[in-house]
Amino acid sequence: MTELNTLTLAEARDKLRSGDVTSVELTESCLKQVESADALGAFVHKTPELALDQARAADARIQAGDAPAMCGLPLGIKDLFCTKGVPSQAASRILQGFRPEYESTVTQKLFDAGAVMLGKLNMDEFAMGSSNETSCYGNAVNPWRRAGDAAALTPGGSSGGSAAAVAADLCLAATGTDTGGSIRQPAAFTGIVGIKPTYGRCSRWGIVAFASSLDQAGPMTKTVRDAAIMLGAMAGHDPKDSTSADLPVPDFEAMLSGDIRGKVIGIPAEYRMDGMPAEIEKLWADGTAMLKDAGAEIRDISLPHTKYALPAYYVIAPAEASSNLARYDGVRYGHRASLGQGDGITEMYEKTRAEGFGHEVQRRVMVGTYVLSAGFYDAYYNRARRVRALIKRDFDQAFAAGVDAILTPATPSAAFGLGEMAEADPVQMYLNDVFTVTVNLAGLPGISVPTGTDASGLPLGLQLIGRPWEEADLLNTAYALEQAAGFVAKPQKWW
Amino acid sequence: MLDLTFETPKPKVIAGAKHDWELVIGMEVHAQVASNAKLFSGASTRFGAEPNANVAFVDAAMPGMLPVINEFCVAQAVRTGLGLKAEINLWSAFDRKNYFYPDLPQGYQISQLYHPIVGEGEIIVDMGPGVARRVRIERIHLEQDAGKSIHDMDPAMSFVDLNRTGVALMEIVSRPDIRGPEEAAAYVTKLRQILRYLGTCDGNMQNGNLRADVNVSICLPGAYERFQETGDFSHLGTRCEIKNMNSMRFIQQAIEYEARRQIAIVEAGGEVVQETRLYDPDKGETRSMRSKEEAHDYRYFPDPDLLPLEIEQAWVDDIAASLPELPDAKKARFVLQMGLSEYDASVLTAEVQNADYFEAVAEGRDGKMAANWVINELFGRLKKDDRDIADSPVSPQQLGGIIDLIAKGDISGKIAKDLFEIVYTEGGDPAQIVEARGMKQVTDTGAIEAAVDAIIAANPAQVEKAQQNPKLAGWFVGQVMKATGGKANPAAVNQIVSQKLGL
Repeated sequence: MTELNTLTLAEARDKLRSGDVTSVELTESCLKQVESADALGAFVHKTPELALDQARAADARIQAGDAPAMCGLPLGIKDLFCTKGVPSQAASRILQGFRPEYESTVTQKLFDAGAVMLGKLNMDEFAMGSSNETSCYGNAVNPWRRAGDAAALTPGGSSGGSAAAVAADLCLAATGTDTGGSIRQPAAFTGIVGIKPTYGRCSRWGIVAFASSLDQAGPMTKTVRDAAIMLGAMAGHDPKDSTSADLPVPDFEAMLSGDIRGKVIGIPAEYRMDGMPAEIEKLWADGTAMLKDAGAEIRDISLPHTKYALPAYYVIAPAEASSNLARYDGVRYGHRASLGQGDGITEMYEKTRAEGFGHEVQRRVMVGTYVLSAGFYDAYYNRARRVRALIKRDFDQAFAAGVDAILTPATPSAAFGLGEMAEADPVQMYLNDVFTVTVNLAGLPGISVPTGTDASGLPLGLQLIGRPWEEADLLNTAYALEQAAGFVAKPQKWW
Repeated sequence: MLDLTFETPKPKVIAGAKHDWELVIGMEVHAQVASNAKLFSGASTRFGAEPNANVAFVDAAMPGMLPVINEFCVAQAVRTGLGLKAEINLWSAFDRKNYFYPDLPQGYQISQLYHPIVGEGEIIVDMGPGVARRVRIERIHLEQDAGKSIHDMDPAMSFVDLNRTGVALMEIVSRPDIRGPEEAAAYVTKLRQILRYLGTCDGNMQNGNLRADVNVSICLPGAYERFQETGDFSHLGTRCEIKNMNSMRFIQQAIEYEARRQIAIVEAGGEVVQETRLYDPDKGETRSMRSKEEAHDYRYFPDPDLLPLEIEQAWVDDIAASLPELPDAKKARFVLQMGLSEYDASVLTAEVQNADYFEAVAEGRDGKMAANWVINELFGRLKKDDRDIADSPVSPQQLGGIIDLIAKGDISGKIAKDLFEIVYTEGGDPAQIVEARGMKQVTDTGAIEAAVDAIIAANPAQVEKAQQNPKLAGWFVGQVMKATGGKANPAAVNQIVSQKLGL
């Protein structure tokens, strides 16, 4: 019999409903895997008692014939989500000991739909990073290794723990958040599916803010179908988030037909970067061919402002972050530095924030403070906002011309080695986001689908970008791509 | 709408050692929006609650918490704008003003720097009957108040009370149109009056409901007029901002002090430094808080947690239709339609409760008489007891009843004052009291004639004097009033005394 933890959400759901398994059995199976997977560094806080309580409650609901979408399905939750009574630290030392008295809207919706939480997942500190190496808990590790090479690889970031946990079958699926690629890049690095929905589709209430105008939660799953199921449970209007859209949530799963005949797929010239590895080029070309074979019309398009996206992103995101992170001052919660004789409020702020924030967070707070400061505001922040508007216009024009979805690589490379970037210029790390940030800047939905491997056997992903609010259509295109690619490889268990 | 005409007052002139100087003043008033809940949270705004009792998660800036605009506070700001004849911006937006302070949990104040909800308006600042200054309003924006740091509870620790954190404020910014300390105080008085009429701010200055920052500069006579013509600020002196004043008296004192300080600097050949200053009422002086160089860089940027605030013209129109009659219109109506002096009309319209009371008394009666009774008798008596119009023991119906008795000739003005005191202290229906206590005035000429005759008969020497000097007839009138217990109709007594004495 298949190990229960390796099931997809859809498979497990069907087995639960048919009475073949119980949620307690599923949950115990996952908990056992979690216990034996500390080497992956995926879970930073385990909640087995809570999980089993939730599993028993889910079993009771199923028996009573009330089995909503996520009923009894064990998940991992990114540490960025505030979970009531459970440590929620955004993988930062500055939130040491913080246990929220409230539940984020997204996790509440998942729990209302019957989901089970196994624990909190590792991530880059405050979601700032592309390798999960900025976490105060230490990095998560990619369950994948290069063929014949035991070197530890990054699972990507910032949702690195989520990606590692799903790829290693520690949980059936996980929540992620994506500000510049934090769902899609780690999904691509670990051979799983990750969708960042349209900005405003999922409530941000109760998710620790990084860059408010870019942050968006989404599911990280083993399949496109699972992404459709889980997104349906996470999404929806929330009056507590002013930027949440008051739109109905379609039944995404019901719309997975795999039929994309007549759909227009745009291939943007500007995403063909100088020095792009040949395997990425090939992956992209193969994906294009698959969609064409499935009946889609392939069209070359231009998104002329793409090259300005990364610099604009690295002005806007740090600017918002510098303000969002001002609240971590040691006054009301989390870490407060011990003070010396004669230290006043200024010393308390300085020491607390120096001790509490890691280097990458400090770097971004400083960059953000700088770009908003008097005399530089117009040159940086305002210019970046104008660029953002142009990038959005590029996409609007493509969609207006009849393009239904845009296909690009998800990442410029396969997963890289942990520590490999330690000495590099931080901009090298930022380049990981080159294909994904445009989507956040334009507020669009984007999904990463595993479609192949590189020469060393590591997974690679392609990204599909959809029209705003048309996740259903985007998921269906991704489903067609997934079917065509037939990516089924799994990492060899070494942990 | 009716309008009273007015003349513009002369600017205040302060004589320096070398020149005469004029003042140029602009004000930023922070008015707490009258609302049960805060600007972006459902927490209560009740004053005087236990520390940190009125705090929602978002007020304490807990991780992941988000602001949601309180529609009522927006309506209050629109109402205020309409009350100040200002332009309402159907599209406005919130910005973050970033700075660190323990009573500012978010590390930023949500405000409206770039796109305020209310644009240009005006306030007619009354300086006396027929004299007023038109002060232009530049803008009104909505913003959050900060909490309170408490430094005197412990020798080593400071405490923070977040009850006020996130309470809605309107910052009402004037143009530099105010020309003296008295005008500045009158401006705040008038603004407070309008806000209270509108019900958009309680205006309780002691509780910090209304606080003013005052920008003061000095210039030579004529410079201000050149500034007005050109809009070029270089015609004016360098300004200093005096922060956070919550008393009309302190505002005047601070401006007076600050103007003289600046004059002394300039006349000594120095230069005024642009800075923020604080007024110390104990010492009666302003002192530097921070210079321009030390000024915070607030790093304003649009708040990404809030969408731009878009409101419908129809919604604004509904609010406009529900606006009460405002002080200027009411005063003009009292003067032009009810025949009151502008002074009396000003007194009666100072507080809307006073005006409402007056109108209830004046309804169907002589307005001037009603005004006299309300201002002189009622207000005088209430003031003596330190009571408010809201708990006046005499209702408008009772006071109207007294006035009716005078008008009918049932009682004299003098008796009416006694009657008022009885109604004030004991209550009751004035007409019944007059009847029951025999206070009705004697208008029966026969009875008055008999009394006059008796007094003339008893005082022949006085009769002779009075016939030589008719002014002395008053003595007979007094005697008759005394004999009738004050109830005789004074006009009738006068007439009969003159007639009987053959004057």
